[in-house]
Amino acid sequence: MIQQLIAQARRSQLSRRTLMSGAGLGAAALTLAGCARADADAPAPAEDNSANDKTLNWDNWAAYIDEDDDGNYPTLVGFEAETGIKATYSVAVDDNNSYYGKVKDQLALGQDIGADLVCLTDWMVGRLIRFGYVQEFDQANLPNAKNLTPSLQNPDFDPGRTLSLPWQGGFAGICWNKEKVPGGLESVADLWKSELKGRVGVLSEMRDTIGLIMLDNGVDISGDWSDDEFNAAMEIFEKQVNDGQIRNIKGNSYLEDLKNGDTLAAICWSGDITVINAEAGDKWEFAIPSAGATLWNDNFVVPIGSQRKANAEALINYYYQPEVAAEVAAWVNYITPVVGAKEAAMAIDPELAENQLIFPNDDTLSNAYVFRTLSGAEESTYGSAFQAVVLGS
Amino acid sequence: MAFSAFATATATEQAPRRASKVALLLLLPGIAYLMLFFLVPLFSLVITSLQAPAEFGDIGEFDNAFRWENYTTVIGQYSAQILRSFLYAVLATIFALLFSYPLAYFIGVRARPYPLLQKLILVMVIAPFFISFLLRTLAWKQILSDESPVVAGLKALSLLAPDAFLTGTPFAVVFGLTYNFIPFMTLPLYASLERLDTRYLEAGSDLYSTPFTTFRTVTIPLSMPGIVSGVLLTFIPAAGDYVNASREFLGGTGTTMIGNVIESNFLISLNYPAAASLSIILMAVILVLVTAYVKRSGTEDLL
Repeated sequence: MIQQLIAQARRSQLSRRTLMSGAGLGAAALTLAGCARADADAPAPAEDNSANDKTLNWDNWAAYIDEDDDGNYPTLVGFEAETGIKATYSVAVDDNNSYYGKVKDQLALGQDIGADLVCLTDWMVGRLIRFGYVQEFDQANLPNAKNLTPSLQNPDFDPGRTLSLPWQGGFAGICWNKEKVPGGLESVADLWKSELKGRVGVLSEMRDTIGLIMLDNGVDISGDWSDDEFNAAMEIFEKQVNDGQIRNIKGNSYLEDLKNGDTLAAICWSGDITVINAEAGDKWEFAIPSAGATLWNDNFVVPIGSQRKANAEALINYYYQPEVAAEVAAWVNYITPVVGAKEAAMAIDPELAENQLIFPNDDTLSNAYVFRTLSGAEESTYGSAFQAVVLGS
Repeated sequence: MAFSAFATATATEQAPRRASKVALLLLLPGIAYLMLFFLVPLFSLVITSLQAPAEFGDIGEFDNAFRWENYTTVIGQYSAQILRSFLYAVLATIFALLFSYPLAYFIGVRARPYPLLQKLILVMVIAPFFISFLLRTLAWKQILSDESPVVAGLKALSLLAPDAFLTGTPFAVVFGLTYNFIPFMTLPLYASLERLDTRYLEAGSDLYSTPFTTFRTVTIPLSMPGIVSGVLLTFIPAAGDYVNASREFLGGTGTTMIGNVIESNFLISLNYPAAASLSIILMAVILVLVTAYVKRSGTEDLL
């Protein structure tokens, strides 16, 4: 096959048009190389060229940074003014899985993925670290990292935070339409009430949906649980899907179903409800279920192929200033990992500093659990089991 | 794709038999293109479909092997979704044909004396293409949502049970497929009906046949090339469609089609062999069905 291709390429050097298809051959060879499986050895980090190249590309999720009416990002403008680094912010992450699917082949080859900084969720960052797809930070460039909340300093996927630093965090809990469900909900089990049949939505993020059901079953999801606990929760999930109780299983687009009324009660992410209440009328309420909520963080990582690590570190360092963190938190309504941001927020708006979804106190946090890191094998098995139910029969 | 339908409908002139060097040279880009973007990926897909999970490997890690069980596993696991895909595609094709034939007949035959009207309706058929079909499908999702006037109206007329809904049901998915593929059915039908010689119809009625008999024995056979192209252009993409049935659009967990299973295995479960073997099964089944269909309609020479 390859020999034929080469022969084709030789023959094709005759006219301009065939020359162009020859260029296509090169691209195809690259694609083929891209299909190759990641080598057992992790790719080597790219050489840093930040000193000569004062630019930076940052991929992040939608509605995840402060934005003014003109579509500018005030804190990012401040960063550019302070450091002289030109940062390009792209809303390129829609879902951990789809983003990973897009960049994994370049990562495996140690190539530039077009982003120098990406914010992804704990478990996906754990996977990237396992594969050696991210660069180690130079702590000298990150003096403000000392402001990191102590509880986040030693996650099991990155003890000591040498490869990742949190951007924002949040809860997955339950929410409901206040007009249609006046009584409200208290626990995940309330979602299975007969009057909500066919009007319940859950998240396609396995760790949030199954995590909340496991918590409702009395399992400590951060602890040492195993297949039995997972399968017990899966059984409940499968039954509710097959009975038609759960109608929608979605990623971020679950917000559309809340807005158009298809979904009346759902498993959802904390910050989103504040945002849609502001957008589409104060109609929804979020609550942490009585048995507890899942707590997750999205983390900054520098992809292995980035040549602008120092620039990326400058940006992380900038966002770890309490005043800047408070400004972002006030807009995105998620939990900031920066110590001192609460005090800084107090200066902007005291009410904001009391918002448990942005600055949770110890009481709130004691009822929020991080889904423990799964091994590669567990990730495959649990993920497939979850997908099998999502895809129906 | 719609244009190839016109191409099959027009009788092509006999190509010169002697293959000149220039002709070969001109063919080269096309052949190279097909090699690169069809044969090589197909080859890579077959290899992937036979891979086995790497020993002690992490998620998404596979080794080359000859693991034929991949095929039996996915057939066993996803037979419901495979059958459902073809059922939905057949239904969508039938509905599209039923809607499109009268429309194409009107544009191509009845509206002949009024060229302006003819062009206007054709534009109306094609105009939706100016908007991304993703957006149009999302719009239908809003129109069919639970609190929408459509659903409220159907409930008021007792056509829908009080606790029933449309989005996420097989109805919504088949509806979406039909809607999205109607232009692909209408255009080839129009192309063949437009050249229908109405004198044949007159001859039919002169010979005392009823309008229905004329339609059955004259119009339909003469428009068969259009029907075949339209059916192929609708059925093939509809069977592999993963947008309408997607949970993000009109589908639900009970309406998953094979395209959604492939997408989920590729992007979420990272089970590439399963996704690849399902893709090959999908291609093979379509190939068999289409060959049988074309043979039966006796129009091989049109392909």
